[in-house]
Amino acid sequence: MKILVPVKRVLDYNIKPRAKADGSGVELTGLKMSMNPFDEIALEEAIRLKEKGIASEVVAVSCGQTSSQDTLRTALALGADRAILIEHDGEFEPLAVAKCLVKLIEQEQPKIVICGKQAIDDDANQTGQMLAALLNWSQATFASKVEVEEDRLLVTREIDGGLETLSVTLPSVVTTDLRLNDPRFATLPNIMKAKKKPLETIQANTLGIDLTPRVTILGVREPDPRSSGVRVDSVDSLIDKLKHEAKVIA
Amino acid sequence: MTTLIVAELEKNQLKESVRQLIAASTPIPGEKHLLIMGHQLDKALAECQLLPHISKIIVADDASLSDESAEKMAEVVLSIAEQYSHILTPATAFGKNFLPRVAARLDVPQLSEVIQVKDAEHFSRPIYAGSLITDVKVTEKIIPMTIRISAFDAVQGRNANGATIEKLSMPTLPNISQRVSLNLHDSTRPQLDSAKVVVSGGRGLSSQENFHALLEPLADKLNAALGASRAAVDLGYAPNDYQVGQTGKIIAPNLYIAVGISGAIQHLAGMKNAKCIVAINKDPDAPIHQVSDYSLVGDLNEVIPELTSKL
Ligand SMILES: Cc1cc2nc3c(=O)[nH]c(=O)nc-3n(C[C@H](O)[C@H](O)[C@H](O)COP(=O)(O)OP(=O)(O)OC[C@H]3O[C@@H](n4cnc5c(N)ncnc54)[C@H](O)[C@@H]3O)c2cc1C
Ligand SMILES: Nc1ncnc2c1ncn2[C@@H]1O[C@H](COP(=O)(O)O)[C@@H](O)[C@H]1O
Repeated sequence: MKILVPVKRVLDYNIKPRAKADGSGVELTGLKMSMNPFDEIALEEAIRLKEKGIASEVVAVSCGQTSSQDTLRTALALGADRAILIEHDGEFEPLAVAKCLVKLIEQEQPKIVICGKQAIDDDANQTGQMLAALLNWSQATFASKVEVEEDRLLVTREIDGGLETLSVTLPSVVTTDLRLNDPRFATLPNIMKAKKKPLETIQANTLGIDLTPRVTILGVREPDPRSSGVRVDSVDSLIDKLKHEAKVIA
Repeated sequence: MTTLIVAELEKNQLKESVRQLIAASTPIPGEKHLLIMGHQLDKALAECQLLPHISKIIVADDASLSDESAEKMAEVVLSIAEQYSHILTPATAFGKNFLPRVAARLDVPQLSEVIQVKDAEHFSRPIYAGSLITDVKVTEKIIPMTIRISAFDAVQGRNANGATIEKLSMPTLPNISQRVSLNLHDSTRPQLDSAKVVVSGGRGLSSQENFHALLEPLADKLNAALGASRAAVDLGYAPNDYQVGQTGKIIAPNLYIAVGISGAIQHLAGMKNAKCIVAINKDPDAPIHQVSDYSLVGDLNEVIPELTSKL
């Protein structure tokens, strides 16, 4: 069975994001970009399923600018067999990404799509669920364990009060949580080999989808900073402050 | 303009978060309707009838809805969605699971983790783990959004609201997903997402035994919920639903005590709106001190027992 993994290029999680001086967006020029951490986990899961002989092919896809080719090369180096860039210069909202993926899935016919649960830039947590809805597929979000059975998946999900296990009918969209696996690193020989693997580009405007953003961004700003606190030198003084200054304990 | 609020239930009872959803919806003109989905909802319905500002309660009661499957809940919401201008649900595992399905099928964008509703078209939401806030305008016929509960003060009051009650005639529900098991961590403590006081531990606790031996007695004294950093959860010191942060719970208690937590931005994303933050960390340069109201630099293995005994 074929597995499709959508991967997004985002600002590296170690870098502190800043608003552009004019507040029109987020400053990204010259900063390190990486694969969304949840998508690394998604890709790792797909590759492990291939290594176990369950998946036949792993296809990585990214929606974005030409620069997203870097992210796809990383995906190839990590073990994806093929990569597809759906290229578009402008803003890509989750709904538009989901619609592009639907077009691709109609062609590629994967049995499973593994997405990240959220992109760490927009923190939307929507694309996988939207994709499943548009395809009329089942979904298993926030997965911390995935087992493939003949025509179903058994998925353990991280939910607010604990864990839930679902049995979902294939085809299905899975979204990954942090504890699904520990992604591997790309080795140098694999990075070299990845250069020869196929990377196809599809122009998003040939898919017949309206990509115009529908949420107007009026501004991006920093939250109000917390006023810096004080050092206390003993447990007694901490208790005193909590009781009499902050008045948060009786 | 009419707003639909989809309430979260727990063990067939209404979660208190519904009051924050009502608060979030107040700047939007028009009536507010409430939808509850599940099975055996009499108790929840009685609770709904005491909520302020609600003019109609829609009850979707069906045995097949008891497992809260996203596919089914989305279908229920879609069967009435066209009557509404806004659809609100909490930004919890519950709401995040089904609302994007509703939005996609309505062909409208969704707003996630809304922290401010200015009017019917203007909203604010955090991006990049809350390092930045974006102010947005949406003019769609229906606006589905998940609400960050901790950003709103609950509406108060318990009075019979005289709301009309409508039993929803159930649409055909898909059957492509079944719950096999549910493991909820039973705890006598206050719940993490609504507790007034939270004691949270990180990698500095160094073992599962130490995490519980040190933090449980402190939490007992303070009637606090327990939380954890991702590192502490990954290392097995605490269960997954203790995680506070960008990808865990986002909370705003009156008092948050971070013990042996360095303060990575992904962690801060979940707790920096607490009213009072205390950091207990042996590293004077740990970033957690920058957001703390009170920092105590010291070894948690000495500080925590002393603190617990003196409270
Ligand atoms: C995509 C993504 C999402 C993430 N989401 C989250 C999230 O939701 N929540 C989250 O918490 N993290 C999250 N993280 C992880 C985050 O980046 C940090 O790795 C994590 O928060 C670190 O946990 P920690 O502070 O417990 O551990 P560390 O950073 O290792 O800090 C341990 C601290 O304990 C102190 N310490 C050690 N021994 C003692 C002692 N004896 N006495 C006192 N102090 C001591 C040390 O000085 C240190 O500051 C995420 C990361 C990624 C990439
Ligand atoms: N531009 C994109 N290209 C490829 N995959 C994406 C893109 N945007 C979102 N995704 C996928 O959808 C997941 C959730 O993203 P989001 O809904 O934006 O939080 C990500 O982890 C990716 O797997």
